[in-house]
Parts: sequence; structure tokens; C-alpha cells
Amino acid sequence: MFFWVDQSEYWILSCPRFFILRVHAHFISKMAAVQDGQVDPENVKTEIKTEIPNDGCGNNNANSSSPGCTSLGSTSKSPTEPAEDQQTLLAVLKFLKRNKLNESVDILRREAGLSVDLDDSPGSESAEAGSAAAPNVGADGGDANSLLSRVSLGTPAAPAVTAPPAPPKAVTASGGEDQPDVNVVLSAYSQQGDPELYPLYYNGLKKFIESVLDCHRAELSQVFYPLFVHMYLELVYNNHEPLAKQFFEKFSGDQECYYADDLRILSGMTKKEHMKGNETMMDFRTSKFLLHISRDSYQLLKRHLQERQNNQIWNIIQEHLYIDIFDGMPRSKTQIDAMSGSLAGEAKRDANRGKVFYGLLKEPEIEVPLDDEDDEAENEEGKPKKKKPKKDSMGSKSKKQDPNAPQQTRIPLPELKDSDKLDKIMNMKEAAKKIRLGSDTLPSICFYTFLNAYQGLTAVDFTDDSSLIAGGFADSTVRVWSVTPKKLRRVKSAADLSNIDKESDDVLERIMDERTASESKILYGHSGPVYGVSFSPDRNYLLSSSEDGTVRLWSLQTFTCLVGYKGHNYPVWDAQFSPYGYYFVSGGHDRVARLWATDHYQPLRMFAGHLADITCTHFHPNSNYVATGSADRTVRLWDVLNGNCVRILTGHKGPIHSLAFSPNGKYLASGATDGRVLLWDIGHGLMIGELKGHSDTIYALRFSRDGEILASGSMDNTIRLWDTLKAFDDVELDDFTATTGHIHLPENSQELMLGTYTTKSTPVIHLHFTRRNLLLAAGAYNP
Amino acid sequence: MADREERRFAEVPRESVKLMAESAGVELSDELAALLAEDVCYRLREASQSSSQFMRHAKRRKLTVEDFNRALRWSNVEAIAGYGAQDALPFRPIKEGELFFVEDREINLVELALATNIPKGCAETMVRVNVSYLDGKGNLEHQGTVPGAVQTLSEDLLKYYQQVTRSILGEDPHLMKVALLDLQSNSKIAALLPYFVYVISGAMYCILEPLAASINPLNDHWTLRDYAALLLSHIFWIHGDLVSGLYHQILLSLQKVLSDPVRPLCSHYGAVVGLHALGWKAVERVLYPHLPAYWANLQAVLDDYSVSNAQVKADGHKVYGAILVAVERLLKMKALSLSVPKDRGSSAQPGSGGTIGFRVSSPGLSPPSEPLSEAALGIASHLQGPGGADTPWEDWTPVPLPAMYCELYSFFGDSLAVRFSTGPGLAGCAHSAASNSPDTRKEPPGPAANMDTTRKMPQLTASLNISPRQDGSPRTEPAPPSLAATAPGRNLARSSSSSSSIQRRNSSSRPGQRTVGPPRDIFPKARFPPPQTGPPAFSFLIGGRQMGRRCQGRRFQTSFNPPPPLSSAAPRTYSHKLPVIGRVGKPLRRWTRSHYSLHLPL
Repeated sequence: MFFWVDQSEYWILSCPRFFILRVHAHFISKMAAVQDGQVDPENVKTEIKTEIPNDGCGNNNANSSSPGCTSLGSTSKSPTEPAEDQQTLLAVLKFLKRNKLNESVDILRREAGLSVDLDDSPGSESAEAGSAAAPNVGADGGDANSLLSRVSLGTPAAPAVTAPPAPPKAVTASGGEDQPDVNVVLSAYSQQGDPELYPLYYNGLKKFIESVLDCHRAELSQVFYPLFVHMYLELVYNNHEPLAKQFFEKFSGDQECYYADDLRILSGMTKKEHMKGNETMMDFRTSKFLLHISRDSYQLLKRHLQERQNNQIWNIIQEHLYIDIFDGMPRSKTQIDAMSGSLAGEAKRDANRGKVFYGLLKEPEIEVPLDDEDDEAENEEGKPKKKKPKKDSMGSKSKKQDPNAPQQTRIPLPELKDSDKLDKIMNMKEAAKKIRLGSDTLPSICFYTFLNAYQGLTAVDFTDDSSLIAGGFADSTVRVWSVTPKKLRRVKSAADLSNIDKESDDVLERIMDERTASESKILYGHSGPVYGVSFSPDRNYLLSSSEDGTVRLWSLQTFTCLVGYKGHNYPVWDAQFSPYGYYFVSGGHDRVARLWATDHYQPLRMFAGHLADITCTHFHPNSNYVATGSADRTVRLWDVLNGNCVRILTGHKGPIHSLAFSPNGKYLASGATDGRVLLWDIGHGLMIGELKGHSDTIYALRFSRDGEILASGSMDNTIRLWDTLKAFDDVELDDFTATTGHIHLPENSQELMLGTYTTKSTPVIHLHFTRRNLLLAAGAYNP
Repeated sequence: MADREERRFAEVPRESVKLMAESAGVELSDELAALLAEDVCYRLREASQSSSQFMRHAKRRKLTVEDFNRALRWSNVEAIAGYGAQDALPFRPIKEGELFFVEDREINLVELALATNIPKGCAETMVRVNVSYLDGKGNLEHQGTVPGAVQTLSEDLLKYYQQVTRSILGEDPHLMKVALLDLQSNSKIAALLPYFVYVISGAMYCILEPLAASINPLNDHWTLRDYAALLLSHIFWIHGDLVSGLYHQILLSLQKVLSDPVRPLCSHYGAVVGLHALGWKAVERVLYPHLPAYWANLQAVLDDYSVSNAQVKADGHKVYGAILVAVERLLKMKALSLSVPKDRGSSAQPGSGGTIGFRVSSPGLSPPSEPLSEAALGIASHLQGPGGADTPWEDWTPVPLPAMYCELYSFFGDSLAVRFSTGPGLAGCAHSAASNSPDTRKEPPGPAANMDTTRKMPQLTASLNISPRQDGSPRTEPAPPSLAATAPGRNLARSSSSSSSIQRRNSSSRPGQRTVGPPRDIFPKARFPPPQTGPPAFSFLIGGRQMGRRCQGRRFQTSFNPPPPLSSAAPRTYSHKLPVIGRVGKPLRRWTRSHYSLHLPL
């Protein structure tokens, strides 16, 4: 699904192809990959390789089961129906021939055998991942290519997975070539034992786990929740409604409180019919619940289940659970609780092993005109530079290449225009005047209150220089205000423009129509609430994402809509521009995040893997990565270059609604409905802090310009400031914790909280630090 | 099993499904209806779950009909039209048929179209910026600019007033509570002083203006006035030092209202409550001197038993109750300020001369700081004399407690007396023969109560004030010291003048004040002679215990005889003209009852 093409080449090649893209996006993606030679089979392989089973399923899920794609037209065709696929292939070939694209035909032919195989692989992979345990790879049909990918997938995981061979029943139930059809997925729940005995089984296991040594109990208790869910679903599927209800009543109280939301959904599901089309259910079914258990604990569990001949539970563990076994000390309850809570358990340990280039790109050398002010600026800059080797907090100003930074050209970035350079100079001048924040110098807070919004304000964004503010509203409008005395003006009409003396020095001023000057402009175009707005860094464009399934690009010169990006067929919850412009990312109800370039009306990348809606998206400061937060309670980091998921961060107990990267690119903060902010070290893929204090959803997070302070804004009408410098310092990341990922989080929220600032009755939905480190907050007054 | 289900979720009964099917012309069997009902429930749950997602992304706390419709639309179900109104839909039962339905009123479009009051368009959405916190601290700078803000923001003031009254007079009592509670307790008031000025003006407005709402007797504008007054006092307690200038303005305006007979009774009530809320000193200064004149007016209202007067009379009782409460606290406070030092064992100088001296130090009553000490002196110049313009404020002198009590008793009779008790042990200290009254009889055994007074005094004041809160009243009662917030400052100031001169003036000036001045002229009907102003003939003290026992303390009855020096005829006639007072003015809220209902045994 991912295709990355070098820009220049892509333009040449892709022109005649857009039509086909609609016919079958899947194939074209392969073709594009093949044709331009940029993406060799190796690349394709790595693509698959890095997809962990969860991903595969999610991917699949997005294609077939989630409503996101069912009405998508051709792309929604199940890619795993070989016959149909071949027909399509033939049709495409015919079409190409008719259009005399012989080269393409040849290539496609050459690839045909392979591509069929390749095409199968995601399907079989997901079917298999969804239903069979990893060791079933061997039973997975004779497709060499998919086997290859299987094996390459299996290799890194193999040492960790020591699950014994699955019982033959499971294999027959799922089969290697199954379609990820709802019915098939569900049929795995066909009767496997006496339903009357389920409570007995569960109770037996419960008794056993309660009786084991303390150090193992916490780890083994993790099994309860997935086991409970799957047993319940199995009962429901087999029409044992009263038994299922009894089972639920009896054991739902034992589950961890952070699963309450899911349990509520489950408890509503009492009929087989309900299971079809229920997204949460499908998530449980298609993904394996991932647990980290130490080897000792696992052996204990295994021995118990085998001694008791408790096949029922053992089957479920085999089929629906993925147990990631590690050597070493079992984890404590708090360690487990910190990491669990996601819809599908924790992330696999090797999912977060890959290298992430979190460093910042080198800033282009811009000659700053020297004057008095700039002398100061130089001095100011000098200080942090000395500090830099220690703290690495002022990476953005480094003249040397950051060792952790990606290559400058890893992602093609737009060239700087003169106006951008001017802006950079302005930025540097401003930055020289900024206040160094810290625990003793807190920022001033300036609140932008939206009045008369009638509960309709849904999104806010500021430009980087804090000169414009945009609001997205539930009435489908986007409004832009100027917060400086400079009014918003449109460019003159074409007729008037032709009369302008284009040689004059102030041509940029002359093209503006003074009659249109006003403090605010309203942009009409969406047909549903606008859930996300984002300014381009150069302030020429505004992006808005809406419930109507589109992302729109607006010109701030003409205040008209330039492009409507259609791709998400379901509400788009968030969209954000890259810090370098040109690219933007969007994510929504269809669980797929898409990377776009402003001059392409099709996405460049699709990041699939989340198990529930993508609620927020954020670009890494170096533009090479994208972070997405989801209602499946995970944060994922995606590589823009190849579309891989490079980090899966679990630990939140509710849908994630805000993300923020630290200015040095090293850390990520995420805020969720559970009112907690979690801090992550991107390089190690570890949670390094938990900030408790808010009592409601956190909708806004922002680091200060130097990264010393994190501001969080919440529905509970407060802004809180946190001492991130201390938070990052307090965590010692030795090699051991880095490799095991078992971190002891210090309980120091209270120490880290620098202040709580309340509004009168205004939920805080956006925060922004100006270039001088003044904190701007925005929200709508709710009388 | 079904009842389990019911407990966990809302359920659509099969009867409803059947009914709906019938209305569509389909007969359903029981099983089918049950199945359908269950499925409907499930789909409803599903839809509500996904609709909450739209709510979350719209960054709201309130699930709207629109959210639900969006969820329906995305699951390919037709949206339901017609439920977008802001008001709650009335859900009515039909008794006979056990049928519930949403009232669907017919709307006359012609009427709407031809209506003259064209609804105004929604106000334009706008962004306003304010610096909320400077360097992480509350923005203190702006607090200095209050007075300017008062004058320039009259339009905003109106807006604010509209906001407050809308929420307060709205149908939703909860909303009202929230609005006032927020105003009262929100610490942001301190930081946003402009708002805070609105509050005062708004509160004044609420207290005094004959709000349109009060035309309708069903509107609980009394409570509004009570709330507003409490709010006012709260503000003065917390921010007294900042708004000292306002204090006299407010006193002045309250006084004006009180002395204006044209104003409706509800305004008078507001004035009394406002004074009460501003502290007993305010009551003593403004209300008490006005009382004789005002009394006549009130009496006339209360005496009129005609049917047409019923509403006015009820209002009159309200005012009466308010005055009573205010005056009683005045007495109590005075008594306290008198008794505390006495109990401390300082050289007790019984009698009226001593009262003033003792009031100087009343630790239980002093607020921690004395925010208004300066302001209190400042008041002097511009407040019109209580009795008339010819009596300058400066010349006003506190009336000695016994005299005050005598006079008040002449108005209120037993209804006043029930608020008092006299510790038997203190009877010895009592100056006059009045103490031979049978009060002591009803008191708890003497020694204990007597000893308690010393120790329990602060507690006593606390209990005086806390009591209303026990009923979950929404406001935060002004902290005990706030009651006296305005007082001690003046107290001190006052005490600096020689007590002897006060003593001397006591007898002479007061009658003069009452006899001269506009109130007299306005209420020519006043039929009672000024009460005795001779040497104080009655003294008493409060048993701390007794007062502290809030719930019961009001109920016990003292067969209290008017002290001999008083001409027994006149006061009694007044007091017994009001036999019904104990029963009227049944308050709507429980916490107010503790203040205003009198439980007079008749």
C-alpha cells in the first residue's frame, strides 16, 4: 500500500496513471514502486517485514472490515480474492495495451506472477496473524514469497516466541488461505467446549494465579482480561446468551478498571448478530492481544494448563494471545499497569527496536544582516551552544550535523523561498529576545477566548509567528482572525491585477485589495464540522479537516479553497502541516493516516495499523516522522520515507487527543481522555514520565521553545505547566532499562507540576508558545 | 436475565415496539417484538457510543442531538429531525393508558412570521484576548483600575446583568445555583477585577431593583436578593481593602432606597438584606435609625387585610422578617462585643456607659485584618444622616444596647425576644431589675452555660453563620469574620471618641434624629411615641451554648416580660399587632428557612 516515489520522477511517470490509480490503487502502488526503480523488491520485503502481525491485521481491517473502506469502490475489493484479482489484472493489462503503454505492460507482466503472490501475502498474513499463532507459519500454504516474508518476520521474533505448536483444531479452523471476512473471523469462535464449564475454567485459572508467588502473580494476571474477553465472545458467538451474561456478571468485576470502556461495549453485545460489524469486537478478534511475560512466569502458566489438561484456555491463549517472553525478572504490578491499557495489549518489544533519526535537520545557513540586535542574538546563541553537548536541548541552532539526525535529503523538502528566509531571520531575531523559561521563570499566559461560539468551536491553530489565529467550527466554517493590527486582505481580482505595475518595489503590497481588509475572514466549503485546522509554516495556506471526509487547502492570499483532498471517506479528525511545509498528514475514523503533498490529490503514504480511529496527528520537527494518536490508546510513530511503523507506544488508558514533540525532537508528549500526560523517549521507544493532574481530556499540549516547560490544556478549564527538564533528568536510562523496556517511573507528578492556571469557564483546546516564549491559549467560553 | 439488562442499560420495552408496529399497521408476535426490542436497544447503544466520539472531537462535554444524528448517518441510518431545540422536550404520561409521549405542540407559523419581536441574530463569533497570568502569577496589575472600570463599562455591565439574571431567573434552579456559586467562589474574580465590579453592580441591581420577575409571585426573586446580598458581603469580605470606595456608595444607595416610600417592598427587602449582609454595623448605622419611620409604613401594609393587598402583604412580611433577622444580629453582635470582655474578667462596668468601652475589643468578631478601617471613617462625610440631612453622620453615635433593645422590642415584641436568652449566671451582672424576668427559668443550668460563654464565644459566632450551609445551600456563607467585616474598623474609630460624650449624647440626640427628618414626613401615620430613652433599665447577655444550638434555639419560648422602665402599653400594642408573622413567608429553600422562619408559638 505504501509507495514512495522520488518527486521529479514521479511527476513524469504518474501523469497517465492517475486514472488507473482509481481503478486499482493497490496494483498501481506496486507498479509505481517497480517502475521507477526506486523501490526494489528488497524494499517491498522490508515493508512487510516490519509489519508486525498487529499491523497486518490492522491493515487488513482497514481494508475490509472497517467501514473506512467498504464503500471505497475499487480499493475496497478484497485483495485476497485471487480470481477476481487476476481478472482485474487482465483488465488493467488490456487497458495499458490499448493505450500503447507497452513498457508498463511488460513490467506488469513480468511482475504479474510475483504481484499475485505479493498480493496474497497481506491477505494470508492477516488471516494467519488473526487466527493462527506464529509457529503456524509452516502450515501457511506453499506460497514461497509469503513464506519468505513470514520467515523474515519470524526471525527477529523467533527467540521470543516459544509457544508450543498450536493444536490442529486451530489450524483447521482458520486455515492458511482464509479471507479476513467477518464470518470467517468470527467462525474461529465456533464451539470448542462445553459452555457450562467456562466459568469453571476461568475460575480455575484465577485460583491458580492467585496462588502463585507474588512476583509472578502480577504478570500472569495480565492474562485475565484477554481471556475473559475471548471466552465471553465465544459464548456469545455460540448463542449461549444466558451463559455469556452470567459469565460477564461473574468476572467482569475482576478486570482492571482501565478496561471499563471496552467492557461496557462488550456487555452490550449479547447476540451473534451483534458481533458482526462491531468494530471493537473485530479489533479483539483480528488482532492478537500482546502480553509481555517473563519466562519463569510463562513456564508456570504453561505447566499449570498442561497438567490440568485445560485445553480450552490453552487454545485461547494460543489463538488470540501473543505472549512476548523475555528473560529476567518478572515485572511488578506498577510496571505492568504503566504499559498496559491499550486495545490490543502492549507493543512487541522489537517493534520499538528500530533506529529512529530523531535529531533535527541542519538549518540552512542564512546570513543574518548584522546590526546591534543581531550581535545580541549571536551572544544568546552562543550560550546554549556550549550547553548543547550535555543537554542536546538546543539542537535547532547547531551548525554541525546532529548525529541522530536523518540525512538532509532523506525526505525531499521544498526549497526555501526568499520569503521563507526572511521569516527565518525574523524568527532568529525574535528567538534572541525570548525568555529562558524554567521552574522559577514561568511563562505569562495570554488567553484567546472565543466568544459567542455556541459550543461550536472544534479546533484552533496559531501561526508560528502568532500573527493569525484560525478556528474550525461545528457549523462547517473555518474562520481566520488577524491578531495583529494588520488586517486580512485578499489579492485583487485578475482584471485588477493586470493593471498593476509589476516592476514597482511594493508590488506585493499593491496586489492586495484594500477594500477587503477586515479583522477576520470566513472560509466556507466544508459540509461538516471542522475538526482540525493547521497553518502552513509560510502562512500562505491553511489546512482544514472535516467530518465530511475531506481535507481542504485554503489560500490565505485569496481566502478561497484551493484543493479538496478526498481519500478518507469517513470523518477526518485531524490534519497537520509538516514543519517544512509541502507535506501534511491526516488521520480519521478510517484508522488510516495519510501523508499528502499539497500538489498531489492522492496520498503519498498510507499509515495503517491503528486498531481504532486516529484522533490526532503530529509531524516530527525534522519532518521525517509522523506521530499518530488513536482511540485504540496507542501512539504510533511512522517513518515518512517508507511508511513503516517504527514505534508503538502503549500506556494510555483512554483515546489520545493531543501530541507534542519536544523542540529537539527527542521526546514526545501525549495527552488522553484519562487526563494524564505521558512522556516518551523516541530514541529508546520508552515511556519516561507520567504527569497526573488534569481531571479531564487533554486537548492541547505544547513544549516551550526551548523545551524546558510543557504546557497542557484540558477540558477541565485549566492549563498546567510541567517541568520537563526535571522530568527528563530524573529518568536514568541505563542500558538495562533500555533493552528490557522495564522502567520504573518516578511518582513525581506533583513535583513536576509548576502551576495550574484556571480559566473561568473555558476549556483549553489549543496552546502555542510564541517565539519569545509567551504562552498563548485558546478556547471557547462556555457560559 | 431481562431485569439485569434493564439495570445496565436503557431498554425499549417490547410493548413500545408493538405499539410502533401497530401504528405502522403490522401485527407482531411477542417473541418477535422481544427480539426486535433487544436489537433496537443494542443499536441504540451502538449509536450512542459512536456519537460520543463526535462529541469528544468537537471538544464538548455535552452530547448533542446533532452528534447522535451524525453517528446515525455514518451507520447508514436516517437522521432524526426535530429534536434540535435547546429546551428540554416535555415527556408526558397519559395516566389511563400508561402511555408516555413527547409533547409535540403545534406551532402557528403565521404567528411566528408576523411576530413583532423579531429574534435577533446570533452574536458574531469573536476572539478576545486577555493576559490571564503574568509570569505564571495572577494578573495583579489590573486590579488597581477598578473605579475607572465602573464608569466606562456600563454597557458590559448591562450584558453581565443579563447574563446573571438569565441564569438566575431561568427555570433551572441548578443553573442558578451554579451561576451564583461560581460568582461567589470563583477565585478568578480576584484576578479579573472588571468582572468583579460588575458583580457588585449586578448584585446591587439584583438586590434593589424591582425586577420584572418579581411581578410574577412565582418567581423566587427573594432568593435572588438573598443570594445577591450574600455575594455582596462575600465580595466585601474578600476584597474589602480594594473596594473601600464602593462601600459607602453602596451604603448610600441602600439607604436611599430604604427611605424612599415609593419603592416597592421588594426593593426595601433588598435594601434590608443588603445591609444585613454588609454587617451589623451597617444595620446599626442605616437601618436602625430608619426603623421607627419605616415601621409605620410597614405596619400599614401588614394591617391591611383586604384581599387585593394579599400579595403586598406577603411582601411586607418578607421585609418584616428580613428586618427582624438583621436587627437581631445587630443586637447579638452588640451584646457579644459587650459581653466578651466582661467575661474575660476585665473590670466590668455594667450599664450603658460600659458598652461602648467594651466593644473596642471583641476578638471573636474582628476580622483578621481590618480592611475598612479607613473607609469607615471616610463614610462619614457623604452619607446623609440617618434621620435627615440636618444630622451629619459624624454626629451619629451608637445607641447603647439596652436602649436599642428596648426600642426594638417595642417594635417586634416577643418575636424579637425569642432570639434572646440570658444566662442565669449573668443575671447577677445585670444592671436593672429587668433581669427578674423569668428568662432564667428556661435556661440550661446556669454554671455550665456561664463558663461556656468565655470559651465558646468564637464558636458561637461560627455556629451563627455556618448553620445555613448544612442544607446544602449553594453559596458559601461568608466566613464568620465577614459579618463584622465592616464593623470593627468603625468600632475602633468610634471608640476613640470619648465615651462620656457618647453617653451624654445618647439620650439627647436620638429622639431628635427620629423626630426630625424626611422619613417622619413621609410616614405621617406613625402613631407611636419614641420609646423610652431614659437610663437603661435592662441588660442581658447571651448564653453562648444556647445560641449555638441553632436548630432548637429558635424554637424555645421565653415568657419574656418587657422591662419595667418601658412603657408597657405602647410596645406591646405594636408587637401584638403582628400575630401572624411567625407563619408567613415560608421560604422556598431550606437554608433560608433557618434564617427567616420564626416558629412563633401563637
